[in-house]
Amino acid sequence: MKLTYYPGCTLKNKAENFENSAIFALNHLGVEVQELSRWNCCGTVFSLTTDDLMHHLAPIRNLIRVKEANSDKVMTLCAMCFNTLKRANEYMKNDPEGLDKLNQFMYREKIKYDGDVEVLHLLELLKDEVKFENIKSKVVKPLTDLKVASYYGCYLVRPQEIGIDDVENPTIIEELISLLGGIPVDFPYKTECCGSYQTVDKPEVVAERTFQILQSVQKNQADVVVVSCPLCAFNLDHRQKETIQIFPGFKNIPILYFTQLMAIAFGCSEDILKFNLHYIDPKPILQEKGLI
Amino acid sequence: MIVNISKKKVKSDFVTKVEELSGQNLLACYQCGKCSAGCPAISQMDILPNQIIRLAQLGLKNELFKSKSIWVCASCMTCNTRCPKGINVAEVIEAVRQILLRKRKDHVELKDLSEEEKREVPPIALIACFRKFTS
Repeated sequence: MKLTYYPGCTLKNKAENFENSAIFALNHLGVEVQELSRWNCCGTVFSLTTDDLMHHLAPIRNLIRVKEANSDKVMTLCAMCFNTLKRANEYMKNDPEGLDKLNQFMYREKIKYDGDVEVLHLLELLKDEVKFENIKSKVVKPLTDLKVASYYGCYLVRPQEIGIDDVENPTIIEELISLLGGIPVDFPYKTECCGSYQTVDKPEVVAERTFQILQSVQKNQADVVVVSCPLCAFNLDHRQKETIQIFPGFKNIPILYFTQLMAIAFGCSEDILKFNLHYIDPKPILQEKGLI
Repeated sequence: MIVNISKKKVKSDFVTKVEELSGQNLLACYQCGKCSAGCPAISQMDILPNQIIRLAQLGLKNELFKSKSIWVCASCMTCNTRCPKGINVAEVIEAVRQILLRKRKDHVELKDLSEEEKREVPPIALIACFRKFTS
C-alpha cells in the first residue's frame, strides 16, 4: 500500500520524533509513505468567520498538490493540520460559489480544485485501511505492563462532522494501545483543551491546564501519556517546567506520541524515537518496563 | 454592574455584523449555560461564554470589546458540540475578536516576544497565535 503524506511545518523540526516513528511504524506494517514533493503551511487553524475565504487558500493549495501527485487521498499526522485541511475541504465542498472564487484566484494552478481529495488522519488509516486486526501480529515487543493514558485534545474529535471518533468519549487510541500489548488507562480529561496557542502569550494559563490534565492522568495511575498533536505534546511536556513552579507538589510524567509506542512495539532502534526532543525523559519508565 | 439596554443597541450594526461573521442566530440562545459549564477556560474569564452571547444579543459591544474572555477562548469547540440549540459559540467569540482585529488592533506583537520565546515554542503555536490574534 502506498500513501500520500502531508507533514506540515512542525513535523520537520520540533516533532521529528512524531514523523520518524510514524514512518518507521508504517513501513513495518508494509505501507510505503510518499511525502508530497511540494507543500506549504496549512494555516494551522481553520477560519471561523464566514467571509474569510482568503485563509482557505493555504489548505486548498495543499490539496491541489495531492492531485498533482496523482492521488485522491492524503494522510496527516499532526492533529492541527488534519483539522484545518479537512475542514477547509468540507467547507469548499459545501460552498461551490466560494470554491469557484478560490479557483479563479489560483488561476496559475494547473489543476482546478473540485473538493475531491479525502483528508485522513493516520489513526483512521490504521483502523480502516491497514485494519487494526492486522496490527497485533506485527508486534515484536509488546508494551507489557505499560499503563498508557490517551490524550486526544480538541482537533481530532471536534467539530463532530470531521472528528475521527466519538466526540465526547473517543477510544481509538486505547484500542491501538491494547493491540500493542499495553494497558489503556481511562481518565476524564482526555478531550479537554490544553490551551493550544495560548502557550505563546499566556504560558501560565497552559501550565494550569497541564496541571489539571496530568493530575487526572496520575490519579488514574498511568505511566505515560500519548498524544497525536505536536502542540498538545509541547504544552503537556515542555510546560511541565512552568507547571511545577506554580504547583510545587506536581509530579512529572513523560509525554509520547502514540507512534513512538508503535515504533517501540515494532522493534525500532532508539535513534528513531529522538528522546532529545522531550522535556521529561521517557527513558527511565521505558527501561523499567524493559521496552528500550 | 449597571447595564443600559436600548432598542438602538439591540438593533445596531454590531449585532448584525456578529451574526453575519459568525453565521449564527444569536436569539436562538435561551441562556441554559451549558457552554459555560463545559468551558475549560472559565477560570481565566471575566465574563462567561453564555454571558458573551447575551451581551452580543443586546448589542453591548463595549462590554465585549474590553473583556478578557474573548482572548482566553482558544476555539476548542467544546461549547459548540454541547449547545442544545446548535449555536456555534466559538464562532460568535471569533466574530467579536475579528471586529476588533479588523480595526488594526492587534492583540499580540512579534516584537514583544523574546528570541528565546520564539525559539522555544513549536511553529504551529506561533502561526496559530498570530492567525488568531492579529489582523
